[in-house]
Amino acid sequence: MNAKRMDQTVETKLIVNGAAVMRRIPARQHLIDFLREELGLTGSHVGCEHGVCGACTVRVDGKIVRGCLMLAVQADGKRIDTIEGLSDSGEIAALQEAFHRRNALQCGFCTPGMLMAAQDIVANHPGATREQIRGHLSGNYCRCTGYHAIVDAVESVLNAKISKPV
Amino acid sequence: MKAPPFAYIKARTLAEVLQLLATHGDGARLLAGGQSLLATLNLRLSSPEVLIDITRVPGLSGIKVADGKISIGALTTHAEVERSPEIAQALPMLSLAAPHIAHVAIRNVGTFGGSIALADPAAEWPACCVALGAEFVIAGKIGSRRVKARDFFQGLYTTDLKPTEVLTAIEIPIPAREYRGTFLELARRRGDFAIVGVAAMAKNTRGTLSDVRLAYLGVGQMPMLAQKAMAAVEGKRLSADVVASAAQALAADLDPSGDIYSAPATKLHLARVLTGRALAALNA
Repeated sequence: MNAKRMDQTVETKLIVNGAAVMRRIPARQHLIDFLREELGLTGSHVGCEHGVCGACTVRVDGKIVRGCLMLAVQADGKRIDTIEGLSDSGEIAALQEAFHRRNALQCGFCTPGMLMAAQDIVANHPGATREQIRGHLSGNYCRCTGYHAIVDAVESVLNAKISKPV
Repeated sequence: MKAPPFAYIKARTLAEVLQLLATHGDGARLLAGGQSLLATLNLRLSSPEVLIDITRVPGLSGIKVADGKISIGALTTHAEVERSPEIAQALPMLSLAAPHIAHVAIRNVGTFGGSIALADPAAEWPACCVALGAEFVIAGKIGSRRVKARDFFQGLYTTDLKPTEVLTAIEIPIPAREYRGTFLELARRRGDFAIVGVAAMAKNTRGTLSDVRLAYLGVGQMPMLAQKAMAAVEGKRLSADVVASAAQALAADLDPSGDIYSAPATKLHLARVLTGRALAALNA
């Protein structure tokens, strides 16, 4: 085994919120620490760091994932979208407005991850029932709201989409 | 917490993976979806010298139907199984089980083969594979071999897989038309580890159940095939008496340990409740 192959850092190229990024990354660093500490994208939060709380939810190649359960080096060649990207592009404007209007957050720690998961419902399951919304958000913990207002907010966005003529 | 330091190698071929395993032995861990491995690394329950990322190895992913079997590549994600029309048609038990696996963001990354190789006693796929009579295809330096699911699981997180081998595919015979299958699970919250679950199937010949299989999760060190409860139903038409005798027999099949939420008696009771529901579904 040559020494180079056993490196604990790895040259990694990825696309973050549309911009190409190239860095030598320690293999042990998970994606969320890389995004937060190397790229300054602190919108995604680090909660439990073992896949339970959902605060670190980001999108990789269009699919929501746990940022604490993926190494940054595994994202080589992949497209990453964070809450900053979704917010700046306007993709989640309706959800942000609904969360604000319905008081669907208090301390805000879970909100970025919650919005990532909620947008996955809006984009991929526009006909979801309240029960299905709850199921889809079951991997995102909120310790403030009791979830009811969050489900209300997501449901109101889905309803608005359905009633709006396309 | 943060993972301890380790080296990382992105393998390009299965031959390279096998070579790396031979070189590094117990110091190496295979990284597939990583949805359990990275949690254990972050919690420092595990400290491998090197992670061998197998996700770019060609030929280990996807669902194929051929020769009366469905072959699921080891790297196929839970979400891909959940959405597969071929699976829904031929193996509805798997489509029913998939939504119980953790949460969407984890199902998008975690793999079928990873779940089998880890052999968590509360996991859904191992119990389904035992009930369905699956065979696992395992690659090693001297070629590949096949092991039946019922022989593969040997204890708590313990399988027939050797440290130098790689699970490459899961092959499941497609049951004949008269077969019914179902999957039921109880958990405190959606996506939590199962308190108890059951993967059930049987041949339903105008109301008579045969070739009955009841495999339980969350109530033992590994997926538990309830031989005595199965025998209580075998060849019978379903009735309240038959369900009661199966529930009675279950005490001889299962000896669950309690956990912080559920006492052993609670788990056995809930396993009996699920058995009644599962048999009703097979009878429908």
